[in-house]
Amino acid sequence: MATVVPATNSQVNDSAGVISLDNLSVTFGGRPILRNLQGELRGRSIGLLGPNGAGKTTLIHTLLGFHQPSSGTARIFGSDIRGEANKIKRLIGYMPERDAFISKMSCIHFVRFMAELSGLPAATALERAHEALFFVGLGEARYRNVETFSLGMKQLAKLAQAVVHGPRLIFLDEPTNGLDPPARQRMIRMIREIRDSGQANIVLSSHLLRDVEECCEEIVILKDGRLVVYCNLEEERKANKKFLMLETRGELQQFVEGVGALGCECALTSDHRLKIILQDGTEIRDLYRLAASSQVQIRRLTYKRDSLEDIFLKAMENGNVGPLTQ
Amino acid sequence: MAVLERAYKRYEGALSPEWSRFLIIPRHAFRDVFRSKIFTGLYALSFAVPLLFAVLIYLRHNPVALTIFQLNVVNLLPIDEKFFLAFVQIQGWTGFFLALLVGPHQVARDLTNNGLPLYLCRPFSRSEYVVGKMSIVTLLLSTITWVPGLILFLLQSYLEGWSWFAANIPIASAIFLGSLVWIVLLALLTQTISAWVKWRLAASAALIGLVFIPSVFAAILNEMLETHWGNILSIGALITNVWSGLFGTFVRQAAAARQIRNGVVIREVLMTEPPLWASWFVLFLISAFCLWLLSRKVKAYEVVK
Repeated sequence: MATVVPATNSQVNDSAGVISLDNLSVTFGGRPILRNLQGELRGRSIGLLGPNGAGKTTLIHTLLGFHQPSSGTARIFGSDIRGEANKIKRLIGYMPERDAFISKMSCIHFVRFMAELSGLPAATALERAHEALFFVGLGEARYRNVETFSLGMKQLAKLAQAVVHGPRLIFLDEPTNGLDPPARQRMIRMIREIRDSGQANIVLSSHLLRDVEECCEEIVILKDGRLVVYCNLEEERKANKKFLMLETRGELQQFVEGVGALGCECALTSDHRLKIILQDGTEIRDLYRLAASSQVQIRRLTYKRDSLEDIFLKAMENGNVGPLTQ
Repeated sequence: MAVLERAYKRYEGALSPEWSRFLIIPRHAFRDVFRSKIFTGLYALSFAVPLLFAVLIYLRHNPVALTIFQLNVVNLLPIDEKFFLAFVQIQGWTGFFLALLVGPHQVARDLTNNGLPLYLCRPFSRSEYVVGKMSIVTLLLSTITWVPGLILFLLQSYLEGWSWFAANIPIASAIFLGSLVWIVLLALLTQTISAWVKWRLAASAALIGLVFIPSVFAAILNEMLETHWGNILSIGALITNVWSGLFGTFVRQAAAARQIRNGVVIREVLMTEPPLWASWFVLFLISAFCLWLLSRKVKAYEVVK
């Protein structure tokens, strides 16, 4: 078949955020599922977190054009989901949550077919289908029918069809569902490889905090269809380097006064434990010097940071809209 | 991406034209369809009638062959609109049985395993999906109906001369249009049934039932009410009327029911067919209903209210 249309990746507005939500609401049968979502996501990998029924999958489906917003809109790479759905679909790959394949098709045929539907010429589609299946680790099983695959293999086949056409943005809906620990590790490694390649942005929807923590730079937490937390994990990690937990031995009075004199905030949490917030210009070696002069032993020094679980639990308890605060 | 490197790489190459993407569906479907030896055999067999008709046309114009076979030209079928109508009817019903084998699982196989979101998350619309699926039956049946029909018409024109061709152009358009109406109807019926009945055997049975069971009711109604308006229920009768209309052989007063006693006609009822527009209208309604049913099923995800 003649291939006359240039690839559309060059048409992408690179200055725009990956996903911009502009008061996006979705209602099904009078019941609001997503309520006034607002924000701009720019990370290479964006985690979509929330309990079951929070609206994660609905948000992805709306961004993919499967559901019409009841009000507001969203933009992907600057293109509006309401009016430029086809332009958006040229840029994205989608790995659905549920089993999704075409029966009585070999895996290579299935992935090639999907690549052709994405617009790749037949010969290129076949070539890339082979590559994608080797990439996900199904190279040896590519001539088997997908319905004969195990659950883990089906997940990999879904990932292969999502990446075969080399999209700029990949939506992964619960990619580790039903995977055993080694398979989960493989899946996480592949997602990180795609992220680190810098060739594609990833939106990972999951209720498994560990998956998101391992793969994502930015997270959005949804609760009851509302965006309750937006958090840039990378920024948080950098910021958290200022929060220290110290375990000490010795008389702490002089040490605490010294820490105060350095301009740092300090709190005793027990007889031997201290929480310290370092100020700009204060180094950890200053604390060691101070400890040596105060006859205090520092037995353990750790960076205190909120785990994603802490963030998630706080969000579930408070349900506050807005950026995460320490 | 490369097999050896095994690294993710964005695709920046050329893309196929968007208008032609619906054809990807039949291309891949034919690969599967012709894997079945039974189907391939039946498909090959469906060319027997066009071949026979071609032989009849050839014999009619070849005195030497007629002499060899000791045939008189008057014993052969006249090559006129009835000749081509018979061809369209035979091939049309052959096409029905081929559609029965090919059509009923085309949409079902995508719906059963949630394959639809994979189509629709790509630059591929619901209409392109439906057109793509319909074109499986449409392209396949075209090769045994109007394509050989027009070849026969051209063969006859070649042998008979330009004046015959010019005088009988309406036959060519009737071959094309009549076949196309039937093919599109079959494509819609098979895809709709396929979308709603996931089990292949049940879907095939439903298609047979939909075409033949109303014909039985139509016959009963015709008999009871002494009319042919019952044919409005029968897809077979409707398409036959449409074909006859296109070939110019349609007669509304098809038969007369007579009650004779002692050799005297005591009652005569004219059995009138429904008018042609009614047949077209009912076929249109059936097609519209199929499209509506398809539009309800062909969605990435169903929203349960």
